[in-house]
Amino acid sequence: MAFACIFVPDFPAQAIVRAEPELRAHAVAVIAGQPPLEKVVSTNEQARRAGISIGMTKLQAGLSGEVMSRDRSELQESAAHCALLDCAQSFSPRVEDAAPDTVLLDLSGLEKLFGPTPKMARGIYRRASQMGLETNVAVASTLESALVAAHGFSGVTVVPTMKEAQCLGSLPVEVLFAEEADAEKAEEFLQTFHRWGIRKLRDLASLPEVDLSERLGQRGLELQRKARGMGARTLVPGDPPLRFEEAQELEFPLVLLEPLAFLLQRMLEHLCARLEARALAAQELRLELMLENGRPSDPALTGFERTIRLPVPLLNPQTFLKLLQLDLKAHPPGAPVVKVVLRMQPAKPRPGQNGLFLPSSPEPEKLELTLARIAAVVGGGRAGSPALLDAHRREAFEMRRFTPSAVAFWSAVIESPVAREALKNSDSRAPAPLVTALRIFRPPVDVKVGCENGKPCHISYSKEKQLSRKVLWAAGPWRSSGDWWEHDAWLRDEWDIAIEKDGGLALYRLVHDLLNGKWMLEGGYD
Amino acid sequence: MSSLSWNAVGPPSLPPVEGLHAKMNAILKHIAGSERLIDVRPASRLEVCPRPEMLATGISALDELTGGLPRGRLTEICGAASSGKTTVLVTALAAATRRHENCVLIDASDSFDPSSAAKAGMDFSKLLWVRCGTSLDAPASSGLKTKTLNPRDPRGTQKKTIVEHRLEQVLKATDLVLQSGGFGLVALDLAGIPQKFVRRIPLASWFRFQRAVEPTKTALLVVSEFQCAQTCATLALKLAALSHQPSRKPTHTQVFEGMRVETELLRSRLKRKPMQSVKAVFESKAVSAG
Repeated sequence: MAFACIFVPDFPAQAIVRAEPELRAHAVAVIAGQPPLEKVVSTNEQARRAGISIGMTKLQAGLSGEVMSRDRSELQESAAHCALLDCAQSFSPRVEDAAPDTVLLDLSGLEKLFGPTPKMARGIYRRASQMGLETNVAVASTLESALVAAHGFSGVTVVPTMKEAQCLGSLPVEVLFAEEADAEKAEEFLQTFHRWGIRKLRDLASLPEVDLSERLGQRGLELQRKARGMGARTLVPGDPPLRFEEAQELEFPLVLLEPLAFLLQRMLEHLCARLEARALAAQELRLELMLENGRPSDPALTGFERTIRLPVPLLNPQTFLKLLQLDLKAHPPGAPVVKVVLRMQPAKPRPGQNGLFLPSSPEPEKLELTLARIAAVVGGGRAGSPALLDAHRREAFEMRRFTPSAVAFWSAVIESPVAREALKNSDSRAPAPLVTALRIFRPPVDVKVGCENGKPCHISYSKEKQLSRKVLWAAGPWRSSGDWWEHDAWLRDEWDIAIEKDGGLALYRLVHDLLNGKWMLEGGYD
Repeated sequence: MSSLSWNAVGPPSLPPVEGLHAKMNAILKHIAGSERLIDVRPASRLEVCPRPEMLATGISALDELTGGLPRGRLTEICGAASSGKTTVLVTALAAATRRHENCVLIDASDSFDPSSAAKAGMDFSKLLWVRCGTSLDAPASSGLKTKTLNPRDPRGTQKKTIVEHRLEQVLKATDLVLQSGGFGLVALDLAGIPQKFVRRIPLASWFRFQRAVEPTKTALLVVSEFQCAQTCATLALKLAALSHQPSRKPTHTQVFEGMRVETELLRSRLKRKPMQSVKAVFESKAVSAG
């Protein structure tokens, strides 16, 4: 049996640094509490070197000019904890969520997948580092040894089997109380140990058990077993929910899109790293912004939400960022932003293998970006695939999202005999019906029409002289009507007419709206 | 400082002519022996560019005349109003979509008619229709500022006409689509745009489009009322309607039956230019004619 413990030292400070990586080189002190009694609750190594310690007041911490103080953020700690769980889940399905900064995992039987235990430990450390967390990783044969080693040694530690007591002996007794919820009791035990002159775990491990039991009871024996690397604790695996969310509260409201893009990039990178660790991709992006003064249209509305649904699951932070940027440019929030929440809906990644003999198809990542950019050029809803509606009225179609799915189509053809038969019947080499195309005028051109014997004989259009001509011939009328039970009922006669234009003939579809008596050119045959 | 010294002292003394020749010979020898230039072939030994793969238009007369639309090349179809150019465009798109190829139609005047395209057998799920034109609405002004000012016209005094705006959209959308790649046929429908605006499209844009499709399997088709791509077009066709008459039936049942279109090959870089004009004729049927 092998267990691993991943411990994040100075967790509140690391959660802040994870969200703001530029602070990594600075001394950071995390402040919590109600003003004016705010105190330092966590620091990083640089801050400790600068003389900042936990429990200092905000004013004391501020005296050292080089320390960056930040308010404690539950949102960022929650995101960092989720990242820690994802890191553990990417190695083992049996993971115990021991504390916000500690995760235990069972590594039994994983050697074939990830190699020997030391390699696995280094892999866990590297993965956590990719997720923006500096961790201590310890691997041991018992959970207690792994826990104590992770709290006591920095970096990667592999505790050899049967040599736990030797390995852990050099650690101070304080590490035994790292998980202790009752701080007063822990302090009491520590004072006792210090009175006895016990500073290291090896000192505690060498005490006679009976005498220790007489003085400190069962708790004392439990601590001694822990110091010897022995234990009876069992792993309690949990099934953490798939929640991919990053949030950040801003100290100063963001007014420009450019700094917001930097922030989003960082959040997207974190989320993508977490999704990758779980072998998942994103199907939907949801961006929630908290606005400082509310929207211009309604100051009471301080929330702003945008959702980007992807036709295929993707996992590329650059693509996501560009999509969000284009979407925000087209739909700006309208007020300075004070809080950003980014959520991703996970989905299984799409199969990457395309068929050898399939027609070429645009790459989904590129296509999404291209469609978003085109929409930014021509306007939203003006680029896509048309779909005819089941109606006879003019312009009975709607624009749908363009989603070419060659792989899905061909897999359906391969798997389904019905689809294969349908494909066989729809022979692409069969001659297509050669239909005279119509070019629609959007909007239709209102013209004046002179009639003779009920047929149009002359049309005139004030804005274009070329359209003011004698009608050479007219075919029709074709009467159609519909929606008489609605407000927008329609009843019209259609004529196909020819007029002289540029020395040749030009063919148009002339429509007489019988409800309002207007004549208009609906389109031209070409 | 160098210009000052030049003005003060005058031009530097030139080396003697013999010395110059010797130097030039040495440089030429160096160039000839340069490792970088060893692989450079003389133009006379260059390989003949392979004939491109052709994309059937779905009109047999046209395919017989040209072999289809060349992939990786620019094809131009022009013709006056009611000459049949849109029919060719729609038929080619329909044929390509029925072969499960993804196609793009960049519609400058937003005049594509989906119902007549459906009658031509187009598979809309394979068609990306980019409707240029009326979207002059910019994003509403907001607290989040975006750079919208034109550096050449900071006060925004020069207003673009709608047609210029449409053409700008066409060029931008075409660039984006060609960069994306993976499409079988990309069609630019410039019909309906006045000649003076079409002529203003810089030649560099056509060269750019041609270069963008060259290494791909995309056929780029430009449909307009006038020739605009000029030398960039590998294949250029001109269409003209021969006749379009209604049926000879009693007046109240007259039906517009269709068009008879003559296609003339204006330019083809795929084969030697014929001595005389090559033409083909095809007929299209109106939807109302059944």
